[in-house]
Amino acid sequence: MELGHILNKFPNRRREDLISLLQSIQDEYGFLSEEIIHIVGDYLDISINKIFGVATFYDNFRFGPLGKYHFRLCHGTACHVAGSATILKELEKLLQISHGETDKNGLFSLEVVSCIGACGLAPLIEVNETFYTNITLDILKDLVHSFREKESAAL
Amino acid sequence: MSPEPDKDIRQFLTKQVLSDPRRDDRTDIKKSLSYIAGERVHKPMIYVGMATCGRIAGADKTFEAIREYLQEHDIDADLVEGGCVGFCMEEPLVDVQLPGKARLSFSRVTAEKVQSLLDDILNDNLPDLPVLGQYTDTILQPWEDVPGIESHPFFSGQHRMLLEHCGIIDPVSAAQYIAKGGYQAFIDTIARHTPAEVCRMIEESGLAGRGGGGFPAGKKWSAALNTVSDQKFFVCNAVESDPGSYMNRAIIESNPHRLIEAVLIAAYATGANKAYIFIRKEFRLAIKRLQATIGQAGAYGLTGHHIFDSGVNIDVVIREGARAFVCGEETALNNSIEGKRAMPASKPPYPAERGLWNKPTVVNNVETLFNVPLIVKNGPEWFRSLGTESSKGTKLYTLSGRLKNYGTVEVLMGTTFREIIEGAGGGLAGKLPFKAIVLGINSGSYITAENLDARVDYESLESIGAALGSGAFVVLDQATCMVDLARYFTAFFKKESCGKCIPCREGTARMLEVMEQVTRKPSDTNSFQTLERFKGVMQLKSLASVISDTSLCSLGKSAPNPVLNTLKHFKHEFDAHIFDRKCEAGVCTDLRVYEINVDACTGCAVCFKKCPVDAIIGTPRYPHFIVQDKCIGCGTCFDVCKFNAVIIK
Repeated sequence: MELGHILNKFPNRRREDLISLLQSIQDEYGFLSEEIIHIVGDYLDISINKIFGVATFYDNFRFGPLGKYHFRLCHGTACHVAGSATILKELEKLLQISHGETDKNGLFSLEVVSCIGACGLAPLIEVNETFYTNITLDILKDLVHSFREKESAAL
Repeated sequence: MSPEPDKDIRQFLTKQVLSDPRRDDRTDIKKSLSYIAGERVHKPMIYVGMATCGRIAGADKTFEAIREYLQEHDIDADLVEGGCVGFCMEEPLVDVQLPGKARLSFSRVTAEKVQSLLDDILNDNLPDLPVLGQYTDTILQPWEDVPGIESHPFFSGQHRMLLEHCGIIDPVSAAQYIAKGGYQAFIDTIARHTPAEVCRMIEESGLAGRGGGGFPAGKKWSAALNTVSDQKFFVCNAVESDPGSYMNRAIIESNPHRLIEAVLIAAYATGANKAYIFIRKEFRLAIKRLQATIGQAGAYGLTGHHIFDSGVNIDVVIREGARAFVCGEETALNNSIEGKRAMPASKPPYPAERGLWNKPTVVNNVETLFNVPLIVKNGPEWFRSLGTESSKGTKLYTLSGRLKNYGTVEVLMGTTFREIIEGAGGGLAGKLPFKAIVLGINSGSYITAENLDARVDYESLESIGAALGSGAFVVLDQATCMVDLARYFTAFFKKESCGKCIPCREGTARMLEVMEQVTRKPSDTNSFQTLERFKGVMQLKSLASVISDTSLCSLGKSAPNPVLNTLKHFKHEFDAHIFDRKCEAGVCTDLRVYEINVDACTGCAVCFKKCPVDAIIGTPRYPHFIVQDKCIGCGTCFDVCKFNAVIIK
């Protein structure tokens, strides 16, 4: 695994660089593998236990790949009141995964986030940085359906 | 045109404006400044509100459409990627200013409307599109029959001083910000005041922390300044992880230079030469704009080494947080900057004495900081004159929930909640009656109907057992189940507990179990279970007091608040859930009882086939029935019935 170009951005090898370094690596590779943790541990001279401790503490870090379509469902207060719990149930049914998971084909993954910050347009989801607002169950069904169609057409 | 207009403007602003203490009396530069500030224009200026909220509403597409239009028609106009004026409801917003004419603000300009908007407006005609208003100006010619934007009900009740430039100036233009009077407070501070004087000024102003705690900002600053150390730090807390609030993100995206100026003043006053801005990584646009802003401030010589020949050195660094609710707590935040888990530490020692790497560190919230340049510029007496006896200044709120209008508003301390709802909020959306306002998860306070005349003020809210909150303002109507909401809040705290203190880690989990017992369907309905549920609720209070007494940080201390406040204000809903097993709002789906309306049922047998537990019986073409003992309340029959024959009781 080639991490040199990222590691070089942190020449001081300080503990305070740990989180930024892990973020930079995840931005490029999508998730943190065991191999990456070992490399980072050697580079910063921190035990891998401590690195896992930090990485598992924060919600941003992932240890498995994301799907091609990454769903982020907002579950803030405004979204909850607007019914995002029902949206979550439906989405799990449609994608056939639980939140925090990626499906077997690597097509869909689902993440629940605490607040995206567009409370007036609740409930909302974000798929690969595109926002879908005022979601209803019908919109949701059409959306997932359209992604599946697109994929089967591509095959 | 000179070959390097930017450089010329920069030199002009640095030499003639920032470095000149008599700048306010100079009439010769006023005209140039108004052009740089964008108040007057040489060519048409088109401004698209493109903060995150605008982008979500589709401002990206509008912006693209405008660019294509201008290219296609070969029109020389300034197109600005702007900030958010706060009225997220009406986005995408497009402002147009023609030379010599007042600036107009159009609402809900989707990409399809761009053509008709620009066709008309660029030919000096008022398009037939919804107009929010015009920005009245003494010199510019007003549009006929267009109301002033300040008279719009959304804006008229507000007191906009933190939001004054938001949605009006180009967020990433240092020149515009300086021409509007920015960075002058900072330059004057380092030229004329000692750090101790600045601390005293902030202390006298009565500015209190807006993150939720309400600790006097000046006291924190003085404590750090008076601690002897070879190195001090300043940290701006831009984590804003309270669900339902995004006003800090909005003001950073709309006026990032104000934050940088405030951070510079604060760092100078507390004796810090390194300032961190700790911001959530998800705030991609805010980070991008802050980075651009810091670059520009460096180019103007406002950061770095030997700022404006004063001998003051301040570096500003952005640190991206990796998301954890507890990061909002200052000691946890400091640990996160150091590259550790964001675990809170016990206080004292306070961070102002021993913070980052055991050096004195002041941590301030974004909203608190936005007040600082204004206080320094206008003096502490001016700030003290705003607001009420116990609370000074203004408060930002993110309006959301069942209101007609939503967005970011700024109200003077002392405004009543009724005024906010009926003024800027535009009243309730829908026909259902009002139930409560939730002021953020970390305060866990509800403003109920009888308290609607309470004032936005630390003291008067304390008297009704609520807190100012961090800025979330979610309005609920009778369609919301308060027990379900309390369960949601408890689940949030359980997930976000950092795990350091056992009462918080385990206590929130136990609390959630009790709440789930109340909102979930029982396996059978014998009276013993009712007793269990009742006992659980009885124990909630003592559990809550243990959690809040023995947890270290404010996250743990406030974790039981939502449940306790629900018990206090909405006990009847608890009773209905426990004894009658009924959720009046119909939110707790587990408590629903489904029945088939015999008259409407055609006997199509779809529900019969879809029922996962075979709880539906009947023969085809005749009405079906639900066996209640078998039913798990999943609602599948309700979803699949095409004849609305399945009813919820």
